[in-house]
Amino acid sequence: MKRWVARLNPMRLWARSLPFRVVLTTMSASVIILVATGWFLLDQSSRGIIVGKTQTSVAEASAVVTNMQRDLSTTDLRTTSLGERITRLGRDATNRGQAGNQYFVVIETPISQIGSAGLASASIPESIRASVASGDGLWSTPTLISFTDNRAAEPGLVVAAKLIAPGRATYPIYFLFPTTQERQTLAVVQQATLATGVFLLAGISVVVYLMTIQVLRPVRAARLAAERLAAGHLDDRMAVGGAEDLAGLARSMNHMATELEHKISELEDLSTLQQRFVSDVSHELRTPLTTIRMASEVLYAHRERFDTTSARSAELLSAELDRFESLLGDLLEISRFDAGAAKLSLEVVDLRALIGDEVESLRPLAGRAGSELTLVDDGNCMAEVDRRRIQRIVRNLVTNAIEHGEGKPITVYVRGDVDAVAVAVRDRGVGFSVAEGNQVFNRFWRADPSRGRRIGGTGLGLSISLEDARLHGGWLSAWGQPGGGAQFRLTVPRASGGKFKRSPLPAIPPEMKEPPRATH
Amino acid sequence: MSEGQRATPATILVVDDDEALAEMLQIVLRQEGFDPALCHTGQHALKAFHDHKPDLVLLDLMLPGRDGVDVCRDIRAESGVPIIMLTAKSDTNDVVDGLEAGADDYVAKPFKTQELLARIKTRLRRRPIAEDDAQTIGIGDLVINVTEHTVRRGEEEITLTPLEFDLLLALARRPKQAFTREVLLEEVWGYRHASDTRLVNVHVQRLRSKVETDPERPEIVVTVRGIGYRAGEPKTEG
Repeated sequence: MKRWVARLNPMRLWARSLPFRVVLTTMSASVIILVATGWFLLDQSSRGIIVGKTQTSVAEASAVVTNMQRDLSTTDLRTTSLGERITRLGRDATNRGQAGNQYFVVIETPISQIGSAGLASASIPESIRASVASGDGLWSTPTLISFTDNRAAEPGLVVAAKLIAPGRATYPIYFLFPTTQERQTLAVVQQATLATGVFLLAGISVVVYLMTIQVLRPVRAARLAAERLAAGHLDDRMAVGGAEDLAGLARSMNHMATELEHKISELEDLSTLQQRFVSDVSHELRTPLTTIRMASEVLYAHRERFDTTSARSAELLSAELDRFESLLGDLLEISRFDAGAAKLSLEVVDLRALIGDEVESLRPLAGRAGSELTLVDDGNCMAEVDRRRIQRIVRNLVTNAIEHGEGKPITVYVRGDVDAVAVAVRDRGVGFSVAEGNQVFNRFWRADPSRGRRIGGTGLGLSISLEDARLHGGWLSAWGQPGGGAQFRLTVPRASGGKFKRSPLPAIPPEMKEPPRATH
Repeated sequence: MSEGQRATPATILVVDDDEALAEMLQIVLRQEGFDPALCHTGQHALKAFHDHKPDLVLLDLMLPGRDGVDVCRDIRAESGVPIIMLTAKSDTNDVVDGLEAGADDYVAKPFKTQELLARIKTRLRRRPIAEDDAQTIGIGDLVINVTEHTVRRGEEEITLTPLEFDLLLALARRPKQAFTREVLLEEVWGYRHASDTRLVNVHVQRLRSKVETDPERPEIVVTVRGIGYRAGEPKTEG
């Protein structure tokens, strides 16, 4: 439910749904157009109706006024009084108006109002009274006809004229035409217009939505095909069909997929071939290397019987063979990582003990280099790891520290927290710059090419350590400062496949403030 | 089988297609007082085995003609003579295949001479019989006759290779003790700090297939979860 509510959130729909955007835009545009047309239509029709009504009303009023004026002009003032005459004319007009329920009549004399009963004087606007007073002719204006009795007020039209009596006395006469009929007609027209507008809007929306869906279907198909491609289903293709553009899209997608599949399989083949080659070379080298090694051992064993040159040569041969062999071993190990053939053999290990043993076995080597080797451990350090690989990482890091530590003290820290266990190896030797820090894990990289390898690392140690750490789902980070030494930190999850957000140990030694660093 | 002190030098058959390595092995073995014999192909290996009747076979796993694993199986089918495999691919299934075919041990190339000699000597040396050793030891429903090197279930004698016999005897001598694979590697194979437990696992399986009445539910070599193996309780019946 919540997800549905969230999906119906307009902002999210706007951002996520193209049909929604298209429909909404079209609807907005349609509303503007429809309102404008509707308004124009209503204006025109109401104008036409009102104008027509005004014209007929004025014509009617004009005819009545002309008759009345004629009657009034011919009045013999010796037989009837003017007042009487006016009153009679007014009554006649009222009766005529009432007959067709057409209009109300009001004649204003200085003494009284003559005409239809019950009309409120407010029905006649002051503006038209003024117009009548100012000159001759007919005036008309819309008004609201209200009554003094309890009849409901109704919209209407006032037509005003002036009756001129013999003796130059003038009497304003007003005709009030109710326009209720016309108003009703207008209301019907309005309703019809509004309804048409709403229907049009709904219709347009549906049509636009259907069109968008139709256009989007191949786009969606293309998207799904692209997603499946990305997921590794390289042999998936789109169905080609329909309109030219959309078929073109499908064809292009399919072409791209074919090319991609081709390239990827080419690269895969190449990579497999190369990995196989490295592995085969390493293995092929082993048999002759065995022979050489045995021969060298025979020579080495008899070196006392040789002259100095031959004896020294036998020694060098033997020593270099060791190096050659470890290089071959490392190369094979790397090829195993590259081929994805490296597998963890997991067991729960107390890293404190494991690393303690490893540090103890390296102590003589550190001693020969003049470095004091200290182990600082704290916390529960049980973790599910591959013992051999962790040993190898620690041996690599400590050997590295001894080699570059310039005889200064080396500290190994081990610490565990809830999610992870970390090992950090800190030396205080030559260190390295940030730029170099980015390269320490590169294969066969040397900090200073002019410096020889005294301890005989292969140049692959840190690369292998990094791969070992990754295989555990852990981190291996390097920090260094020229002249300030270096620190390498390994962090592994406590349980295989476990997640951790931070390492129990800092990447940068706490005593070093300004930190250049490189993390892998 | 030859005993600890031998009058004639032990014959070692070297089966390796690499002639240089074979010759080098010959030099080193002769230097150590063994009597080496060479064979360069898989097809001729069994014939060479018959001709020389070696006390131990050094067998390269990758051979032209007939695969080392097959050769191993052929030899094992007719003899319990110790077989040590030489392999360039120690981390692959080849090793397990070889062990399952009956090889006792393996040495990964490139090996050091001393390492190879140590392996050979361990396999040739028969466990000396201690003074206080009992003549017979019971394990499950089996009886091991230590001096005769025989294992019997009732009247039926079970044929074991010397290595399998050593493995069974090692477990039977301390019936209450659970052995880790590392301890067994040291006691039976003579390894010091090795941790290739495949050796132990494969040979325990092979041993079980010979001595257990139901290898699915072992009663002679019992698995101790999280540790390793121990001997089954001796049964004093019949």
